[in-house]
Amino acid sequence: MLEFILAKYNYWIYILIMMIGLYAMLAKNNLIKKIIGMGIFQTAIIIFYVSAGAKRGGTIPIIEHAHGAEGNAVDVLHYINPLPHVLMLTAIVVSVGTLGVALALALRIYGRYNSLEEDEILDRIDQDETATETTGALPTTMIQS
Amino acid sequence: MINPEQYPILIVIVPFLSAFFLSITGCFKRSLCRPIALLALFGAAAAAVGSLHRVITTGIIHYRLGGWPPPFGIEYVIDHLNGLVLVVITLVALLAAIFSGKSVERELPGKEPLFYALFLLLVVGLLGMTITGDAFNLYVLLEISSLTAYALIAIGQDRAIHASFNYLIIGTIGASFYLLGVGHLYIMTGSLNMADLASILPQLYGSKAILTAFLLILIGVWTKMAFFPLHTWLPNSYTYAPTATSCLVAPLMTKVAVYIMIRMMFSVFTPAYVFHHLAMAPVVIWMAIAAIVGGSLLALSQRDFKKMLTYLIVAEVGYMVGGIWLANRLGITGAILHIVNDAFMTLCLFLAAGTIIHRTGGHHFDNLKGLFHQMPLTMTAFTIGALSMIGVPPTAGFFSKWYLILGSIQAGRYEFVAALLFSSLVNAVLFFRLLEISYFEKPPHQENTAHGPVSMVAEAPLTMLVPLLVSAITLIVLGIYSGELVTKIIQFAVPAGI
Repeated sequence: MLEFILAKYNYWIYILIMMIGLYAMLAKNNLIKKIIGMGIFQTAIIIFYVSAGAKRGGTIPIIEHAHGAEGNAVDVLHYINPLPHVLMLTAIVVSVGTLGVALALALRIYGRYNSLEEDEILDRIDQDETATETTGALPTTMIQS
Repeated sequence: MINPEQYPILIVIVPFLSAFFLSITGCFKRSLCRPIALLALFGAAAAAVGSLHRVITTGIIHYRLGGWPPPFGIEYVIDHLNGLVLVVITLVALLAAIFSGKSVERELPGKEPLFYALFLLLVVGLLGMTITGDAFNLYVLLEISSLTAYALIAIGQDRAIHASFNYLIIGTIGASFYLLGVGHLYIMTGSLNMADLASILPQLYGSKAILTAFLLILIGVWTKMAFFPLHTWLPNSYTYAPTATSCLVAPLMTKVAVYIMIRMMFSVFTPAYVFHHLAMAPVVIWMAIAAIVGGSLLALSQRDFKKMLTYLIVAEVGYMVGGIWLANRLGITGAILHIVNDAFMTLCLFLAAGTIIHRTGGHHFDNLKGLFHQMPLTMTAFTIGALSMIGVPPTAGFFSKWYLILGSIQAGRYEFVAALLFSSLVNAVLFFRLLEISYFEKPPHQENTAHGPVSMVAEAPLTMLVPLLVSAITLIVLGIYSGELVTKIIQFAVPAGI
């Protein structure tokens, strides 16, 4: 059993980190904590890809840096796989973009409801709802700038 | 004239570059934004129609980006299935863009450059997802379309911000699951090209990692398409989004996600693996039934017609997923036809809803009172959309539902037939209730005038009316020519061996 875990420890680590992130995204009440959870979740996937491309004793995939033979050895076994790492550059860009949008939304939510706690925000949304229903006012779409 | 060889890249690059060009010109002259967006979408639509025509006459198109051969470079592949979906996306986006002018002016004054830049980028994301032949490229474009959608939704009314935040959290989980699934496929095969994956995978079908990859991709895509238990983000975000956003997002996002599911099931994996090796079709069909019944019932409990329509989208997703997992020719034909039909009928209904919101200022049932007399053309188009949603013969909705029912009878899934009929019945109740309110009830005595622009409820402006009527007429045309559509295009899109 222990061997089973240790043999592929990188995958166990990524699953553990991913679950921490997922838990924070779904269960936390504070929006910023949710966003941090999202960051952890996405980082776990990056670890998954990067560790899949890594190789014990491998070197960077540039021919001049090959082990042994003077610079011209093209021996696949000695190089780590660069593709997953390159893919993760794109994924990092995507996750930074998502983070930016999420923070911008959190900022606007704070500006509107003066809170970042989800239950308080939902309470205020409910209050708004009942207010519009009792006064018969129209939704704020049209009046909003 | 442009070389037809270059159409595939033009479909994506024209709106993409226009988005940047537009956001720069928007700084100097705001009134140019919409014309540029319309021109870009028109260009993309022309290229998409041209590509589909080439696919029909000469066969599948492979386009190598930068000339790199497939397993290493990214390639664009257009076959009958995504050729059709591309045409649908560009036409729906074009109609939504024509419609958006007045409503953006009213709801988002001064934000035209941002709105249209995001609008085009969202369309680029959808087109790119559809056209690409590379599994990782698909992820990037999926995130482009999602990020722009979050932003486009969040600029709506107050509640939209929170709805958009929820969408972002759930959407990110969905996209990450997809990415994780692709990662498993890459580790097992060393390839990201869909065709290459399809050629390597059959030797590995026994592997648990491949099974995990398939399930992760499936769950990711289901989250993105709001398949029933995962639908919770959809209704609020689509309801409170600005009118112009929901007219673009509602007809397209879920449909493109369904397309991705088909692509993954049949082009990366094989029907034999999905249907025979896994034997999970009965479970998925029951989930689809839950989506149809659940979506319909939740729609029934709404007193807000825009929200009601969003729950109907949830039910419609059930139609398409169920149809595909019926695993026979008729069911899959019905599901693909339904992608086309549902895009146009959702468009028609949301455009009608948008027009009503534009004129009456709200999306509650009470806003509909007496509208048949005040906005006869809008309500006629709404009625055509409603009839199509219910599935009344000359309209498009009937034919796809007919194929789905035939398919489920052939597969012996009578419970799915029952769900389809139940949903039609609920749709009939829903829409006749709305039509009754709008036809028979007296309009309110202008008591709300102090709160908003309700003073003049008249027929909609022409820029809104024309796309609305075009979409309504399209529904009837699609209905009449659905036979042609199936024999000329869709039957080639159904994977061989089914």
